[in-house]
Amino acid sequence: MILVIAEQRGDVLNPVSWETVSAAQQFGDAVKIVVAGDGPFGIAEELAAADVSEVLVVDHPALEPYTSDGFVDAIAQVVRVEQPELVLWPHTYQTRDYAPKLATRLDRVLIPDCTGLKTHDGGRLLIRPMFQGKFVADVRPEGPAPHFASLQIGAFPAVSAVRGTVPAAMRAINVDVDADAIRQQPEKPFKEAKQAVDLTQAERIVAVGRGIKDAEHLPVVQGLAKALDAELAASRPICDSGWLPMDRQVGSSGQTVAPKLYIAIGISGAIQHLVGMKGAKTIVGINKDVDAPIFEVADYGIVGDLFEIVPALTTALGDDEST
Amino acid sequence: MKIAVCIKQVVTRDWPLRVAESATWVRDQEASFEMNEPDAYALEEALRLKEKNGAEVVVCAAGPARVSQVIREALARGADRAIHVQSDELAFADANAVAEALATSIRDEGFDVVLTGLQSDDQGFGQTGVILAERMGLPHATIIMEVEVGDGRLRVKRELESGWFQWVSLPTPALLTIQSGINQLRYATLKGIMAAKRKEVRIVTPEGLPTAGHRILKLYVPEKDKATRFIEGPPANAARELVRLLREEARAL
Repeated sequence: MILVIAEQRGDVLNPVSWETVSAAQQFGDAVKIVVAGDGPFGIAEELAAADVSEVLVVDHPALEPYTSDGFVDAIAQVVRVEQPELVLWPHTYQTRDYAPKLATRLDRVLIPDCTGLKTHDGGRLLIRPMFQGKFVADVRPEGPAPHFASLQIGAFPAVSAVRGTVPAAMRAINVDVDADAIRQQPEKPFKEAKQAVDLTQAERIVAVGRGIKDAEHLPVVQGLAKALDAELAASRPICDSGWLPMDRQVGSSGQTVAPKLYIAIGISGAIQHLVGMKGAKTIVGINKDVDAPIFEVADYGIVGDLFEIVPALTTALGDDEST
Repeated sequence: MKIAVCIKQVVTRDWPLRVAESATWVRDQEASFEMNEPDAYALEEALRLKEKNGAEVVVCAAGPARVSQVIREALARGADRAIHVQSDELAFADANAVAEALATSIRDEGFDVVLTGLQSDDQGFGQTGVILAERMGLPHATIIMEVEVGDGRLRVKRELESGWFQWVSLPTPALLTIQSGINQLRYATLKGIMAAKRKEVRIVTPEGLPTAGHRILKLYVPEKDKATRFIEGPPANAARELVRLLREEARAL
């Protein structure tokens, strides 16, 4: 039996939970979904639309708002009682916050950020990226069940989750959570001052990464962006270094974009970046390393020195306009 | 205040990595190594907390003898001393084994705050810090973008998804995993490099390692989602050809 841990915040289901349901169903085992919170009944009903054997409702006032201590305590009790072979989460920030601690408490390890599942010698293998996406690994959980894994966002399509002909059975699971033992005191989530740049609306984006080497070289890509009438964007390290403001960042911790044209310059293509832009209609990669993961998603590629290629591209666009 | 900051040594970002013959790890015998970048932000945050509040900053690293390179660098940037949990097996151990080795070796130090980077550039488990917290019995908070030190407590800003943040307070001792970009990194000065030579590095040999929670059966280059059309030739020609394709084939211009 596979246990899927759905995610909710503020009584709203995180839709990536459906991706995890879809992956669990593909594996062919019996699937149960767990949703935890303070009275998460509406979300449980929403999830009961899935073709699964049961939706398990973990209702406790100490589970709202989310804390890692509260969730580790509650979900560990569910796992002990239900004895699944495999527990799956979507690889969200919340999962990253508590699932490793939960696995440790049950003397296991979480295999994180998986992009695939397969069977091998009668056992399960998980597929996950390593070395910033340059390689992938087939990984076998060691030791007896339960095993724990989280799934990369976007790796399994949510739309493939199979709906049942009748709603799945719902069952309440009683957990004992000591509110006084929860050490984290969260305040209300908030958004930073409104983002000045909305990259999601851009038709064309020129994005720059580490390959630019120094902030003083930025005019090279700014020139191309101007020639293309494109918005300038960046991968996280460029914003971390303060070379461009955070609101120009594309990727899992920045904006998710899907422009007509995305030109990635000196961006190797770590998965955190790819998830933010792989929906672009046409992707161009310009990079000195032919093995860079950006070329896994690029339609067109030029391998070479960006300081030669980008100015040539800017010039070529200028020539093109004048003809 | 006593602050531990855990750093990892990883293969240099630009190193042309190949899969080793075993097909379960990379060929890194000749590789150059550097400090895992997310850990550099954790170190920087520790140094800033020291400057603001007064503290001793102790660098903790697990790995083979070569890890002394990044330990020296951290000391040169301003850490006060170091603990090196030394073992060849730790070079490719998973987060569980690394956290166990670190926990055993630093537990008795009585740290008030333990910092780690968010994740490593090699295995990318992103959980050494969280496991370490559990093994040391500490409360933790992850993906931190700001740290405020109060009396016996920390108030920290967590990054959530889609531009959301949340302040969380927790009692010390506590463990935080630091998000990249929380601060601007400093570089070692010549004075710092000289001073580092006199700083204490305590080497600890772990007694056995915990059983791995997972095993890598095969490491390989991922299959491509798309067939990339590579445009060759001198930059000016390649650029013109790309503009033509974007206009005529992709209709993206």
